[in-house]
Amino acid sequence: MTFESLMTYVGWPLIKIVILLGVVAFCVAYTVYIERRLLGFFQSRVGPNRVGPFGLIQPIADGLKLILKEDIIPANAQPFLFRIAPIFAIVPAFVGFAIISFAPPLVTGAGVVHPFVVKDVNLGILFLLSITSLGVFGIVLAGWSSGSKYPLFGSLRSASQMLSYEIPLTLSVLSVILMAGSFRLSDIVDAQSKLPFAIPLILAFGVYVISAVAETNRIPFDLPEGESELVGGFHTEYSGMRFAFYFLAEYANVVLVCCVATSLFLGGYKIPFVPYETLLAAHPILVSALGLAVFGVKAVLFLYFYIWIRATFPRYRYDQLLRIGWMVLLPIALLNLFLVAGIKLWLLR
Amino acid sequence: MTTELREAAGTSPLRKALETTTMELNFGPQHPATHGVYRAVLQLDGERVVGIESIIGYLHRGIEKWVEYRTYTKATPIFDRLDYVGAILNCHGYVGTVEKLMKIEVPKRAQYIRVVLDELQRIANHLLWLGTHALDLGAMTVLFYGLREREVIMDLFEAMVGQRLLQNAYPIGGVRLDFPRGWERACRNFMAELPHRLDEYETLLSSNRMWLQRTKGIGVISGAEAVALGLSGPTLRGSGVYFDVRKCIPYGSYEDFDFEVPLGENGDVYDRYIVRVREMRQSLRILQQALDGMPEGPLMPEKLSKIIRPPAGEVYFSVEGAKGQLGYYLVSDGTDKPWKCHVRSPSFINLQGLEKMVVGGLVADVVANIGSLDIVLGEVDR
Repeated sequence: MTFESLMTYVGWPLIKIVILLGVVAFCVAYTVYIERRLLGFFQSRVGPNRVGPFGLIQPIADGLKLILKEDIIPANAQPFLFRIAPIFAIVPAFVGFAIISFAPPLVTGAGVVHPFVVKDVNLGILFLLSITSLGVFGIVLAGWSSGSKYPLFGSLRSASQMLSYEIPLTLSVLSVILMAGSFRLSDIVDAQSKLPFAIPLILAFGVYVISAVAETNRIPFDLPEGESELVGGFHTEYSGMRFAFYFLAEYANVVLVCCVATSLFLGGYKIPFVPYETLLAAHPILVSALGLAVFGVKAVLFLYFYIWIRATFPRYRYDQLLRIGWMVLLPIALLNLFLVAGIKLWLLR
Repeated sequence: MTTELREAAGTSPLRKALETTTMELNFGPQHPATHGVYRAVLQLDGERVVGIESIIGYLHRGIEKWVEYRTYTKATPIFDRLDYVGAILNCHGYVGTVEKLMKIEVPKRAQYIRVVLDELQRIANHLLWLGTHALDLGAMTVLFYGLREREVIMDLFEAMVGQRLLQNAYPIGGVRLDFPRGWERACRNFMAELPHRLDEYETLLSSNRMWLQRTKGIGVISGAEAVALGLSGPTLRGSGVYFDVRKCIPYGSYEDFDFEVPLGENGDVYDRYIVRVREMRQSLRILQQALDGMPEGPLMPEKLSKIIRPPAGEVYFSVEGAKGQLGYYLVSDGTDKPWKCHVRSPSFINLQGLEKMVVGGLVADVVANIGSLDIVLGEVDR
């Protein structure tokens, strides 16, 4: 094996993975900071502002604290499952980022293309959906192995919630795939050069946003945690770094959902209504940087929306949540899918 | 499945192995939604509550016994520790009882000042209740808004009596000091501001579909059941029963003021919520009238000995506390210490309604119902 092929198949991907992991971990930590800060402003208080300028070092201090804390395993717990459950939660949340194109591919010199994605899988969406649905195992295992009732309740709720909302979520994503005609994420982004899918697929976008909130266990759908009912839900018995894993996994999922929504519905790194071909005449690095910035802005706006929801709404009840999933979102998602498929067929004829 | 098949399955060993039982869940004493060290043992069938047993006493301090070893004056501050969210109302109840026992005529101005402080305390209590109740149901922002307004009231208390939470506001016989300079203006500013704030909360909650779904038709208790259980205060009025001590057994000049008693219709969590929100608006009306019609005069009765030594006898006196009818029963043997003291604490009695409200509901409704009762464990356990 030559050095070049070794680099192509092992070296570059590894470098990309390491960079991505670092960037994502950083983003996730600061998502927590942004959320706490924004919640503070929403709630007429200040939020964390003591550690470093504007409290910017707060996430690092929090991480340090959690690392130094004792890792308690309850006497009733099943130690093996209890130990590995957080890994089940955090790995899928981070792996999902592998297929997301954050910026337009960088074209250098002699037609060499460097895509800003770890691996642009041709069945990217399917990969993403299957990987993210693995995350529920982390929650179910945690509840099951904790040997305590509140986590058990949390995990039971989580299992049914994930099951109920995965279907409308998948159906709404399916309509995007129909529109774009490809499972590959970069193709989907390219298909939105003229118009972000959020406008023609407004129904699917709505279903996706609601299901995504439910998938990431956040208010108004944060029943698996439901602190006022289930204390801490599935992670009640966790402490220290294992708790931090769940915490990070939740926020990594939030960031992932923001990135996916940006790619699927908001046109990814494309600037709305401006075709990229006109921009490509500029310096290639500049174009990529611009694309990255556009992607970031869209994702952060979506994140802001997420936090806004959290600051505003009360929590749904378990049965109401399931009813919304099956009786409201699923029919809408199905209707939308049929509409999109019908229009697409009619146009093709 | 036909009946025979079902019967066959009923006796099969598999069926026996899969037999289901209810699950016992310890809800508290350390639980974020029990508002203190209240413990409920829930019997659950899945998420459905089939039984609830309240276990209280974690905050028992023996206040009623403690009082027997203190003089009447020295006993006053301990009653602030009953319902520490509505301390002034507790204090009013106790000093009112002693005044009734000794037949002390409280000067009119002192009575009006007491009304002002009482109603401010009621608003502060309801604001904190609103915030925590909303937080229980997941709407966290209302808590901070409520605390923001409550802070102004706390500042008013601090300016008036020197304390913010446990004020020990009234001495037996009247009030200690008049309003400090500028206090009335600050109070009126707050009164002008609060209705808009209440509108804001109602925008966040009353007009929110999720809030309505979580509260309407939950924890229904009929008026007759509520009366039979001895509930009082907003919890009773949520079921549509007209009973407010301020109206029905007027005390401390409340008969001078024109205000309404808000009533609910269905006796569910939503009605108990809306009754309290409307009560805050009515309290503002009372405040307005009390400040406008403040009479001049002394703050303490002229003839009052330093040592309080009531005649032998017994007395019962109740005020409309923040949680309901707050009554004090005192027995005096003619010495300077009460022979016996009993507190009819509304939180304790309202808690009896919980079983009726939660059985048949879901776990999440238990939280909503405990919140809607507005219990304070200091008062439940005493």
